[in-house]
Amino acid sequence: MATVVHEPPKMDVDRLPSQGSGNGGWRNLVPASGGLRKVQDASPPPASTGIWVALASITMTFAAFTSALVVRQGGAPDWQHMTLPPILYLNTVVIIGSSFTLEIARRRIAAFMGGLHEHADKPLRWLYITLSLGLLFVAGQILAWRELVSQGLRFATNISYSFFYVLTIAHALHVSGGLGGLVRVISKFNNRTLKRSTLDATSRYWHFMGVLWVYLLVLLWMKL
Amino acid sequence: MHDMSAHAVHHGAPTSFIRKHIFSLDHKVIGKQYYALALVAVVVGMVLSWLMRLHLGFANFAIPGLHLLSKNGAPGDIMTPEYYLQLMTMHGTIMVFFVLTTAPFAAFGNFFLPIQTGAEDMPFPHFNMMSFWVTFTGFLFLVASFFVSDGPTLGGWTQYAPLSAVGAVSGPGQGTGVVLWAFSIAFFCVGQLFGSLNFITTTLDMRCKGMSLMRLPLSAWAWFITSIMGLTAFAVLMPAVILLILDHVAGTSFFVSSNLVINDQVLPHSGGSTLLWQHLFWFFGHPEVYIAIIPGMGIVSHILITNMRRPMLSHRVLIYSMGALAVLSYMVYGHHMFVSGMNPVSSLAFSFPTLVITIPSTIIVLIWLGSLYGSKLRINTASLFGLGFISMFISGGVSGFFLAQPSIDILLHATYFVVGHFHLVMAVAAIFGIFGGTYFWFPKMTGRMMNESLGKLHFWLTFVGAYLIFMPFHYLGIAGNVRRYQAFVDDYLIPLIPVHKFITVAALATGAVQLIFIYNLIYSRFWGAPAPDNPWQGTSLEWSTATPPPHNNFGDKMPVVYHDPYQYSVEGASSDFIMQTSPEPVHSADEEK
Ligand code: HEM
Ligand SMILES: [Cu+2]
Repeated sequence: MATVVHEPPKMDVDRLPSQGSGNGGWRNLVPASGGLRKVQDASPPPASTGIWVALASITMTFAAFTSALVVRQGGAPDWQHMTLPPILYLNTVVIIGSSFTLEIARRRIAAFMGGLHEHADKPLRWLYITLSLGLLFVAGQILAWRELVSQGLRFATNISYSFFYVLTIAHALHVSGGLGGLVRVISKFNNRTLKRSTLDATSRYWHFMGVLWVYLLVLLWMKL
Repeated sequence: MHDMSAHAVHHGAPTSFIRKHIFSLDHKVIGKQYYALALVAVVVGMVLSWLMRLHLGFANFAIPGLHLLSKNGAPGDIMTPEYYLQLMTMHGTIMVFFVLTTAPFAAFGNFFLPIQTGAEDMPFPHFNMMSFWVTFTGFLFLVASFFVSDGPTLGGWTQYAPLSAVGAVSGPGQGTGVVLWAFSIAFFCVGQLFGSLNFITTTLDMRCKGMSLMRLPLSAWAWFITSIMGLTAFAVLMPAVILLILDHVAGTSFFVSSNLVINDQVLPHSGGSTLLWQHLFWFFGHPEVYIAIIPGMGIVSHILITNMRRPMLSHRVLIYSMGALAVLSYMVYGHHMFVSGMNPVSSLAFSFPTLVITIPSTIIVLIWLGSLYGSKLRINTASLFGLGFISMFISGGVSGFFLAQPSIDILLHATYFVVGHFHLVMAVAAIFGIFGGTYFWFPKMTGRMMNESLGKLHFWLTFVGAYLIFMPFHYLGIAGNVRRYQAFVDDYLIPLIPVHKFITVAALATGAVQLIFIYNLIYSRFWGAPAPDNPWQGTSLEWSTATPPPHNNFGDKMPVVYHDPYQYSVEGASSDFIMQTSPEPVHSADEEK
């Protein structure tokens, strides 16, 4: 029986980013000795798995808020209908638009990483546009809250407003996290340390924020 | 192009004291930090239980110095009824969150999951570091509530609305105390979400070469399953406590109904749903009890296999059963709410899965017993605690069958029967899992052996003591003794007082026994015999690396895995165990299946 010597760890620094990170590619291959079960389990880089895990947990959180809303509304004598501030619809357009610009940025960066593009500034421009749209969205949400407050419609005015504030603020906080992620992507891109999986994870998160917002808008529009 | 941040594998060994021991990114240090936190928490929780027991067993017992802890809560060193409830709430909260969740899951899981999967660290070490420190902040918030003017909340660890949501009118600690409690839990949730993220990703992505999922040891599987539960359960508790905080600080009415009169005051809230809290809480709460126990199941299986020198009857069925517990535990939460006025049909709908969930539990127990039957189990402290775990789990589980049926639960709900049930099945069993894990892994974690004679003494006294404390609870419950009473003055309760006295004495004695453990822990840490790399002749990866493991777990030789985790007593092998990293071929039917 051939003795297989333990291999030293391989850190493939030079590997193309699209092939995943660190130890991802080579792990879980079949060891050399015969008769063993075939183990084929090529692991993706952790960021691509991690992001789905994180999104699952965010989904649970908003599902919990949703069921709280449904339970609290059922049989509540005090539920007041509320009209959503119109600026929300504008914000919706902004956040959906940002998903498109991010997608453009992502593809260009992929092309740049693959050596198809010479210049880094073009993808960067789209990242900055995405970032600005994201900031615009948050600003728009803040305007919506201020508009309500200026009409005297506060957190405790009625339970429908309570839910409105809770859901939109929770979402905006998550969006702010996404903005942080974008800033990180930009700075890593500038330092040439950006990895494909980081970029993909950040953009999945960002798209998810858009989808979540559309869901919340429909929910609020139908329920409040 | 190459990114350092997402990759633990790249971070070099830290040099400064702070990076090494305090804000460490190393999963092993973080695991030890969690262990230390759990140890502090369990001591606090245990002292609280003594105070409670003294008060219950010996009415108006003056506990010298208690007034120093709270002037209003214990004037003349005698606990007020409210203060009893406040201590009880702290006891339950500290134990459930900061002991039963942190020790078996976060502490041992952090230390050993990456090693058992063959990873150099967790994939997101910064999140991992935050996981501990956020949890620790949560603990500080909870402890801080002892020192605010009217003390900690008295609402119980379940914190039922509306009394938890209306503020100070409902009693001492119900204002600031509840808010601190809720913040503490919110921090805890964030910490465990970060932890779960790392655990799941480690298991899925960081396994070393040759380590398929089915080759993971049972302990690793248990942590993996638990982290999936943690990810979903804490993500629900968190919004619940946020809404609770808002009812306090923003004047909202999520949980408080209209025209509620408390202490002659009409409250300004309107329309809230008190049941909403129970739904949200128990949707988290039931999975939480499995979050507390499943790691123990994995740890104990791992310990027993090593000491039986043979694998469990079925590795796969054990894993699937733990998975089934996880899935089912989301469908049964309503069994905590049988008397909440829910529709009897819903009661039935929750009763059925509750009875079903006993099936995977029973399968797990039968696999343990069947595997133990006829094995030549090595008797050491770790394996004794393994057996003790099984014993407690069975004894506490049996009462679950009764409680699962609404018709019986109507009588037994909120009595000491329930308290007996969950202390055996969750508290003591999980604690036995922690003890077992400690005696088993201490050598790997610290490089020193624990004292076995003291360990066995600790085991036997604790084992007997735990039964003496918690078995009579069932009797009390059947006799109608309601839980959370601070004194027994009704005619039907007075004859039960001797039982309470007995329990109190047993609790104090069993508590004192734990000093043996603490002594053993501290003494062995500094003066114990040096531990070899593989003191128990184990097969899994933690035993193939140095003791204690180097910063990147495996030094400059990354492990390569050739076998299922438990190759003991393999026919024709050169010794009675084959390590996962040993290239020695195995021609057993087991390996091929
Ligand atoms: C020395 C051992 C222990 C004793 C004597 C003890 C005693 C008690 C007592 C007297 C109560 C209150 C009963 C009531 O009035 O409702 C209680 C509640 C509780 N205990 Fe323990 N306990 C011990 C260990 C533990 C451990 C190790 C845990 C978990 C890690 C634990 C978790 C709880 C929980 C969750 C509650 C419920 C709190 C509530 O309903 O608010 N206990 N215990
Ligand atoms: Cu339950």
